Amino acid sequence: MDFFTSLMSTSVYEGLVYGFVAIGVYFTFRVLSFPDLTVDGSFPLGGAVAAVLIINGSDPWLATLAALAVGICAGLGTSLLNTKLRINALLAGILMMVALYSINLMIMGRSLIPLLREVTIFDQVAQVLGMRADINLSIIVTVVLSVIVLFVLNWFLHTEIGLALRATGDNEQMVRGLGVNTDMTTILGVSLSNGLVSLSGALVAQNQGFSDVGMGIGMIVMGLASVIIGEGIFRPRKITTILLAVVGGTFAYRLFVGIALRLGLPPTNLKLITAVLVIIALAIPYIQKKLRHEWVPPAVRM
Amino acid sequence: MSKNNSLLQIREVSKIFSRGTVDEVIALDNVSLDVNTEDFITVIGSNGAGKTTLLNIVAGVYPPERGGKVIINGNDITNIGEYKHARYAGRVYQDPRTGTAAKMTVEENLAMAIMRGKPRGLRAATSKQRRELSRSVLAPLGLGLENRLNTLVGTLSGGQRQALALVMATMSKPAILLLDEHIATLDPKTAQIVLELSETIVAQEKMTTLMVTHNMELALRYGNRLIMMHEGRIVVDMNQEQKADLTVNDLVIAFERASGRKFADDSILLHHN
Repeated sequence: MDFFTSLMSTSVYEGLVYGFVAIGVYFTFRVLSFPDLTVDGSFPLGGAVAAVLIINGSDPWLATLAALAVGICAGLGTSLLNTKLRINALLAGILMMVALYSINLMIMGRSLIPLLREVTIFDQVAQVLGMRADINLSIIVTVVLSVIVLFVLNWFLHTEIGLALRATGDNEQMVRGLGVNTDMTTILGVSLSNGLVSLSGALVAQNQGFSDVGMGIGMIVMGLASVIIGEGIFRPRKITTILLAVVGGTFAYRLFVGIALRLGLPPTNLKLITAVLVIIALAIPYIQKKLRHEWVPPAVRM
Repeated sequence: MSKNNSLLQIREVSKIFSRGTVDEVIALDNVSLDVNTEDFITVIGSNGAGKTTLLNIVAGVYPPERGGKVIINGNDITNIGEYKHARYAGRVYQDPRTGTAAKMTVEENLAMAIMRGKPRGLRAATSKQRRELSRSVLAPLGLGLENRLNTLVGTLSGGQRQALALVMATMSKPAILLLDEHIATLDPKTAQIVLELSETIVAQEKMTTLMVTHNMELALRYGNRLIMMHEGRIVVDMNQEQKADLTVNDLVIAFERASGRKFADDSILLHHN
């Protein structure tokens, strides 16, 4: 495979599989205005649950679904800390993320579980389609899963409950005044978000052939970078286009990363570069306003 | 308290903030009020008199101190939680940004209001029927909003947003409408338009209304009943006949007599010109 095709197909696969993380981050940060850091813990949680179930002989599809369900529980934990115990959203997410580190190690029993000799969902699909388990197959599997997830999410966000969820992040006071239990919409949104992130973790672990307890580090920043890039490139307005733009943004981010790595960037520098990218993206609107001599309110701390 | 047929009964409601600290404030001091169906009550009083606290209690933002009761249409709603108050009380806030959702379209905002207080399910939030209903409630405003259903509310002017908030507060016909200084932040011309819209909607829909205002003239001109609050208590309560020939000066005198002190809130007097 030549350089360009390999770069593109890797980016497409990664854009789709990490697109679930980006959509999860979009859900919390943008839709709910709930800066949820649970993501760094719920991503490896998905990998851990799927890996442990698979090495114990469970059906890989069942293991993947279990990862989704356990991720929803992680989000449930964070949102309950916030809504029922009134713990600040940022802190609730950090607490859950730290707790999940230990929980993930407990589930796995060690810090790395290899899956190379196990049957994953990719192997199963390869067998059914009579293909080799290569990058093209990874793309086929993730395309199908993405289409299903995007279709369901797009439908959900246009329902009455979905609209209430979107409105909660926009104007919580108004939404309560119109009869919506905003605790419930927050719990629903954060849970759903972490379910998607955990699903992504399960897919990545199966595709790369191992689950690593440290594979979630920086996942939140990566997700945020993807969301920002997607919004910047596509400037979407409607929910349907926003969902597509977020996946598109993840693809673009992965493409940049792929190019940088092939140009000789040490992989260890990746998270630094991503962080710098997000800092720049977040700082640009402020700098633009300053240049126009506009007043900008002080930074929010809590 | 004997049984009666008032729409809204507020019974011995008190509210104390920062209890037990040096900042303790008695915002409401044992207030009782009966609001009859189709009453349009204007509520005036200086800053800290307890007007907004009273509305917050009716809207369920926080419950009153133990012992107080809020009964609407015969249902005790004292402790049912804010979001459950929605079916009983619609509210327009002082800031147009509070009553509308900026990042959603006009249509989506109205869809939220159409479902006021009803269980929300997995049906589509917007439909042709709801779109037509939205157009029919927006058209009488005369602001052209009925042709801008897909506009993001954040791009509307303050007056347009407040008119939309007014429609959202009334379109699903809650038992009572709470207007919380809802024209205070608008420029004089827009304020006049929104005020006239409020009066029209209240008259057409026969809404029972509590309107808090800082403006004594407005309080006299609008509504069929006027209450004045001071230090957490209702000190003046006038019906239509009593307030009919009143001037702002009479109101100031009534205030001084009732509260037992000199009237000293320039912010209210300044509105009188």
